[in-house]
Amino acid sequence: MGNGTQLGAVRGLGSSKHGAEHWIVQRTTAIANFALMLWLIVSIIRLPDYDHETLFNWLRSPLAGVPMALLILSVVTHMKSGLQVFIEDYVHDEGLKFASLTALTFATYGLGATAFFALGRIVFMGAAS
Amino acid sequence: MAEQPVRPLSPHLTIWKWGPQMAISILHRATGIALAVAGGIGFVWWLLAISDGKESYLAFRECADAWYGLVIKIGLTWAFFQHLCSGVRHFFLDIGTGYELNANKSGTIAAFIMAIILTAATWGYLWYGKG
Repeated sequence: MGNGTQLGAVRGLGSSKHGAEHWIVQRTTAIANFALMLWLIVSIIRLPDYDHETLFNWLRSPLAGVPMALLILSVVTHMKSGLQVFIEDYVHDEGLKFASLTALTFATYGLGATAFFALGRIVFMGAAS
Repeated sequence: MAEQPVRPLSPHLTIWKWGPQMAISILHRATGIALAVAGGIGFVWWLLAISDGKESYLAFRECADAWYGLVIKIGLTWAFFQHLCSGVRHFFLDIGTGYELNANKSGTIAAFIMAIILTAATWGYLWYGKG
């Protein structure tokens, strides 16, 4: 092996093992979403009432607050990688694609941060007034 | 650099005969986008309203309980279960099973039917199943 061309420097090393990362993230979060969203739907339809006090106190309990935090993280990650594939498939102009992907990152992180803020405010604010 | 000739790009949506497999693939994307946009905004609005107090929550309820709110809630429930069922179908394909023509078609139709059953079961429980 000389120190010739750039291709020569990487040939034979195999893949960098990062190519499947996006695909794996999509599947991992899909499995998590499966469990967490079913938890959310079953919990909501089984709540005795839908007034403010019931929902507020339900979300304050650790058995609701912790899965809800996990749900926000998993759903936002899944949403981001799903919409990323959609943009990459249909937006062919490089500049517009970069702008769309940047906007997507900002929008999904913004959504996630807002959801965490709201959940934190419920959990740490004390009993419903 | 010479300009590339304009060549047809994938997906060639216009040249295929419609079938259940094509419909479920497109619906997976459509429901994913609907869940991300309408579901994402609705979910965050709901959490924010609960965290903000009774008045904000009542304002949310006013929209959520109106006829259009109900349409969105039922629509999102179906979109979620449709996305979930075709997602489960994807997992079968990922492990390398269900590619035979008949199995693939019946799996697809089963996913459509399951999504409708699960949506009906959820709203049926909400309306009639609670004492």
